[in-house]
Amino acid sequence: MKTAIITGASKGIGAVTALRLNELGYSLVLNYRNDTSSMSELINKFTRKNTKNITIQCDISNYKDAKKLIDEAYENFEHVDVLINNAGITKDNILPLMTEEEFDRVIDTNLKGTFNCCKHISKRMIRQKYGRIINISSVVGLAGNAGQVNYSASKAGIIGMTKSMARELGKKNILVNAIAPGFIQTGMTDRIPEATRSEMVKNIPLQRLGRPSDIADVVEFLISNKSSYITGQVLSVNGGYYM
Amino acid sequence: MIFEKIRAILVEELNVEEENVKPESKIKDDLGADSLDLFELINKVEDEFDVSIEEDDYDKLITVGNMVDYINKIKKNA
Repeated sequence: MKTAIITGASKGIGAVTALRLNELGYSLVLNYRNDTSSMSELINKFTRKNTKNITIQCDISNYKDAKKLIDEAYENFEHVDVLINNAGITKDNILPLMTEEEFDRVIDTNLKGTFNCCKHISKRMIRQKYGRIINISSVVGLAGNAGQVNYSASKAGIIGMTKSMARELGKKNILVNAIAPGFIQTGMTDRIPEATRSEMVKNIPLQRLGRPSDIADVVEFLISNKSSYITGQVLSVNGGYYM
Repeated sequence: MIFEKIRAILVEELNVEEENVKPESKIKDDLGADSLDLFELINKVEDEFDVSIEEDDYDKLITVGNMVDYINKIKKNA
């Protein structure tokens, strides 16, 4: 039985990825920060009922909370095969108006949160001499985006971190990759005004927004045996929006 | 006894000759461990002696003798 931890699992890409991993028979450690009702709705949707799943409410931007998440996962399961660092927030603003708090909050959750979880699980994965870590970055970390100085910095930071971690941990049989989703239909992109969104779609060669399942497909590939020679990479899943 | 056990771990993990592992041997400089190797060695030593070595103390474990002394100290205080 394989086990995976997913951060920010209550909604969006995290939730759809959780459903996919449940279908694949994974036991799941599902982290969320505050949306308890979405979390229980998600568990109710699981089709495979014979897997053991736990939910852990905590804020991964907090170093100690993140340690607790990893520790609790290992108290419940002998080993963890996969960590998916998916938790992320936006606090968009144009640069001259962006507050220090808006900048810090986004960096703390997206970048430091990813570091926190990776740091704490690395010790365990080194011991078990196996692991797959997938960090959810963004096309915005590669291409930039007006109004998202904080978010793009956090997502670009994740890419650098992914590459360094892949170099460090490769010889311990721990593979670390990033996925850079384009514009995916989730609560996060629902906030974009309709006019802006249709304008965005025009610039996507595949002429549609991405679906969360498009990302889950790539997660499935990266945790499978079919990607065992891939580490330190950024897989862009963006319909051709950025090449 | 503690030295012998630690030596055995070093011999196995770092692929070094037993006679080259002395109390004064520096784990990184003399025995060729890199930082990640040292981290794994500490894991093995923790498992072997059922102790926990504080992360802040890793820097103090330069020689094989440092490691032996460290374990001795924990065991005495336990």
